[in-house]
Amino acid sequence: MLQRTGMTGLIRDGRPVRIALGCLLAFSSIASAQGPDPAGAPEAPRPPRAAAPIDLSGYWAANITEDWRWRMVTPARGDYASIPLTPQGKAAADAWNPSSDEAAGEQCRSYGAPGLMRAPTRLRFTWLDDNTLKMESDYGMQTRLFHFRPQAPAAVKPTWQGESTAQWVMAAGGRGQGQGGAQAGTAGAGAVAPRFGSMKTVTTRLRPGYLRKNGVPYSTNTILTEHWDVHKPENGDEWMVVTIVVDDSANLQLPWITSMHFKKEPDGGKWNPEPCSARW
Amino acid sequence: MVAVERNLPVHEIAVRTGRDRRRRLIRTVAAVAGLLVLVSAPVSAQIDLTGSWASRMYEDWPERGPGRDTVDYSGLPLTDEGRAKALKWQQAVYNMIERQCLLLSPYVTGFEPQGLRIWSELDASGRVIAWKVGGTIEHAIISIWMDGRPRPSPNAPYFFDGFSTGRWEGDTLVVTTTHLKASHMRRGNGSPSSDRATVTAYFTRHDDLLTVTTMQEDPIYLSEPWVVSRTWQLDTRANLQYSSPCFAKTELPRLEDTGVVPHYLPGENTQADFMTKTYGMPTEAVLGYAETLWPEYRKKIKDTYVPPVACGRYCCGWAGFQGLPDSAPNLRCIIGGGYGQQDRELFREFLKSTAAGTPRPR
Repeated sequence: MLQRTGMTGLIRDGRPVRIALGCLLAFSSIASAQGPDPAGAPEAPRPPRAAAPIDLSGYWAANITEDWRWRMVTPARGDYASIPLTPQGKAAADAWNPSSDEAAGEQCRSYGAPGLMRAPTRLRFTWLDDNTLKMESDYGMQTRLFHFRPQAPAAVKPTWQGESTAQWVMAAGGRGQGQGGAQAGTAGAGAVAPRFGSMKTVTTRLRPGYLRKNGVPYSTNTILTEHWDVHKPENGDEWMVVTIVVDDSANLQLPWITSMHFKKEPDGGKWNPEPCSARW
Repeated sequence: MVAVERNLPVHEIAVRTGRDRRRRLIRTVAAVAGLLVLVSAPVSAQIDLTGSWASRMYEDWPERGPGRDTVDYSGLPLTDEGRAKALKWQQAVYNMIERQCLLLSPYVTGFEPQGLRIWSELDASGRVIAWKVGGTIEHAIISIWMDGRPRPSPNAPYFFDGFSTGRWEGDTLVVTTTHLKASHMRRGNGSPSSDRATVTAYFTRHDDLLTVTTMQEDPIYLSEPWVVSRTWQLDTRANLQYSSPCFAKTELPRLEDTGVVPHYLPGENTQADFMTKTYGMPTEAVLGYAETLWPEYRKKIKDTYVPPVACGRYCCGWAGFQGLPDSAPNLRCIIGGGYGQQDRELFREFLKSTAAGTPRPR
């Protein structure tokens, strides 16, 4: 049988086209890591714990190579270098009185989420359940919960650690649960989780506290946005880098943007919990 | 395309038709493979880092603004050799022609007030050959080669920007830098970096934020990897200075052709106790001992650390110097340390008050 030449022939031949379509279908299946199972039934979404592109679990130690004298030790009253305070914020910082905080039972003010992340602390990450990542600090014995859900529930009483919603931000453009784009929870059960990505968290409902130990304030309306990354250099170390944005128009002229890094530790041998202190 | 000739014998036509089908199949599979490469290209292209990235000096403001105090190695894990070399340093050494470019360590920009400008260089097909990081003064442009070129021999020339190659790990550009000239790794205090230093840098973009995490290793002057994370913000106004290669020239005639190298002899650095006197910082923190970088150190000094009674120097600096339209009016802070006669007087008052043990009235 004679065959036509050109694209017309290819199309009418049929077989190469079927092969091409098969290849594309196979590729798209691999690329999206989702699709129907062999039986044809839709897969249940994978929970965030299974879909995690990075592993935050374990123990991490803060490495204080920046702002040493503001982070490792309690700075003097009125030392708010690097923080873009408003006059209202400056006035509050100037009025810092640790004795008053102690008397009021407010000695954990510098241990709220925006201040805690810059503290000389160890962190321990564990999964509370498939949708909730728990972070504990030995410094002040605080607990943060990262809920993989679209938004925080309304009418929650403010706390030191606030209400945090979390999402995975997948490499190559897909976003995790909670925003548009590819849903982290929709990958098939047999699919391999993406190798790279980060966690984005947004924390609200914060009890008023301090950005620094010496009374530099943030308000209950603060929005804390954090981006969590993990880097693994060739020397075998593992580092977690957290980029944080503290947005508080009452006390800050502009959002306060910083980044901190934590080194992964093999175990909890150096975990040493201590309660809050208003002075040290 | 392959045409089948009509005047051939039937058996020949059959043979050629089968051959043609195989060829067509091969071409189709090749075309599909090419299509897959195109489809997958955005995955390997990753994040666009191009743009002007503004410095946000929300960390280490005194060092990035007015300049670090001369003996403040806090935050550094120095070896004894590194400490000894740093303590020899005097600012005037930069007035010597052969030492004027020592500040050109490529990642010292994290300790300066300037922003970054990042652009890519493409080949004829549009593939990225290199990322370029510049846009600030006092350091050379970093070329991050993405074309797979091999690393030069250890005996190849060394430069202030070193030799850098990059690869993508997800959306993060991972950069390895070697072949660095000996230089100073932080601004204005002579903390040394040797020509055996290597840097691994991670460029991670989150929306309009760019966090650059550097991990420097140096078998001569660092006792453990020195890790720094800094964040820049996308600046669509491109309000940056241009890169400025180092042009050496004689600034102090007394240093020209005299053989004089400004330095302190061991044990004679007059600034060695300044941070302890001014801020109560422990000596081992000031001098860059690695143990001071980890949480347990805080517990070690709990009973001995005495904080200053009040802040008298660089207390808020930030607002007054950024020049941002939203900076608060009439925000008065002591900035001290040489920004004017009034500030110097305020700082002297502060030192007197701390010596007397009484807080300075604010």
